[in-house]
Amino acid sequence: MALKLWASSTANALRISCSSSRPAFPAFSIFRSFSSVIEGLKYTGSHEWVKQEGSVATVGITDHAQGHLGEVVFVELPESGAAVAKGSSFGAVESVKATSDVNSPVSGEVIEINTRLTETPGLINSSPYEDGWMIKVRPSDPSEVKSLMGSKEYTKFCEEEDAH
Amino acid sequence: MTLAQARNVVLPCMKLLRMSAVPILEQLHLEERLLRTSVDNWCIVNDRTNRPTIVMGVSGRPSELIELKSVLRDQIPVIKRFTGGGTVIVDDGTVFISFICNKNAISGLQPYPHPIMSWTGQLYSEVLRGFGDFHLRENDYAFNSHKFGGNAQSIIKERWIHHTSFLWDYDIKNMEYLKLPTRAPKYRSARPHVDFLCRMKEYVPSKSTFIERTIKSLGSYFLVKPFDLDDITTEPPCTLPHSTKLLSRQELEDAYSSQCENLP
Repeated sequence: MALKLWASSTANALRISCSSSRPAFPAFSIFRSFSSVIEGLKYTGSHEWVKQEGSVATVGITDHAQGHLGEVVFVELPESGAAVAKGSSFGAVESVKATSDVNSPVSGEVIEINTRLTETPGLINSSPYEDGWMIKVRPSDPSEVKSLMGSKEYTKFCEEEDAH
Repeated sequence: MTLAQARNVVLPCMKLLRMSAVPILEQLHLEERLLRTSVDNWCIVNDRTNRPTIVMGVSGRPSELIELKSVLRDQIPVIKRFTGGGTVIVDDGTVFISFICNKNAISGLQPYPHPIMSWTGQLYSEVLRGFGDFHLRENDYAFNSHKFGGNAQSIIKERWIHHTSFLWDYDIKNMEYLKLPTRAPKYRSARPHVDFLCRMKEYVPSKSTFIERTIKSLGSYFLVKPFDLDDITTEPPCTLPHSTKLLSRQELEDAYSSQCENLP
């Protein structure tokens, strides 16, 4: 599992998004031995990330989360137009034998869902920060992201969690 | 204070709910409610259910997993449960044991599928010591390479549930309602149900032996306290993001029609 996570981390770290239709992620990242953490994103204690771009917030689960969950086989997402609340579940991922809630880092309205995840749920494993994004939200309170963790803080959080 | 008393002060409490012949739909509704609305740790034991019922995981598709023609003909209930995992058919030969825990209830246990599965594997290894060659095979409980226990989990923000259906006994005719799954553990090696499964009653003297030993083993991790089903308040269920449901006959017929249309 460590080798798989390392390979995933390296691939994520080196991938540079240049398509205007994809979220524009920074070219550099912090990656640790077991999972990658991307600069410029904000993170929750339940292992979701959010990328704020103007009035749109893109949400997904982190490399740490996908590595611990295992192969994702099914993704449950809300419909466009649904309301999401900070800290509350908006959907779930199923890995072998387990469903795991995914919680929204921000409150607001869902404006787009990643329909590719219906046919290819494994994008969450192979590309958690890019192709594996889950929902886009129009935040109702942009200040909510301020209370989330930055990349360094989240990295430390994951290290402490894995140390237990 | 004795060492035992001191130890009991440190262990978290777990409420033990023992049931008999409760319908599996009712059990699953109760479990989902306790997972999402309770703050306590729970062990739920149901020593059998009242009628043969097919139970699929949250993403299960009837046309892929069950023999719809015979299920419709024989009016076998089909449930889609709130946890992940595969499809089982349960009946009065099935024993159910479920653990619902706060994420920090067990020291050092991370609330992810694999660690939780490993912990339960340790627990049941102790329970079944001396009764057979117990293994946690991928995500199944097995004696040697014969499965007797199927598992499923749901993990939410601060809590998780791990529940198991144990094949104390089963009717091979009921297994014929289930297709061979396309997603199967490697150790199954494409074996049909009759070669893949085994009956716990051929290894363990009695259901009560198994249940009592399980409760005793839980005592290493929790202060287990019996609780009565009647004491659980009968509040209306909250709005849940995904809920266990009984599939309607119409849904099953639509799945069967769709399946027939797709045949070459």
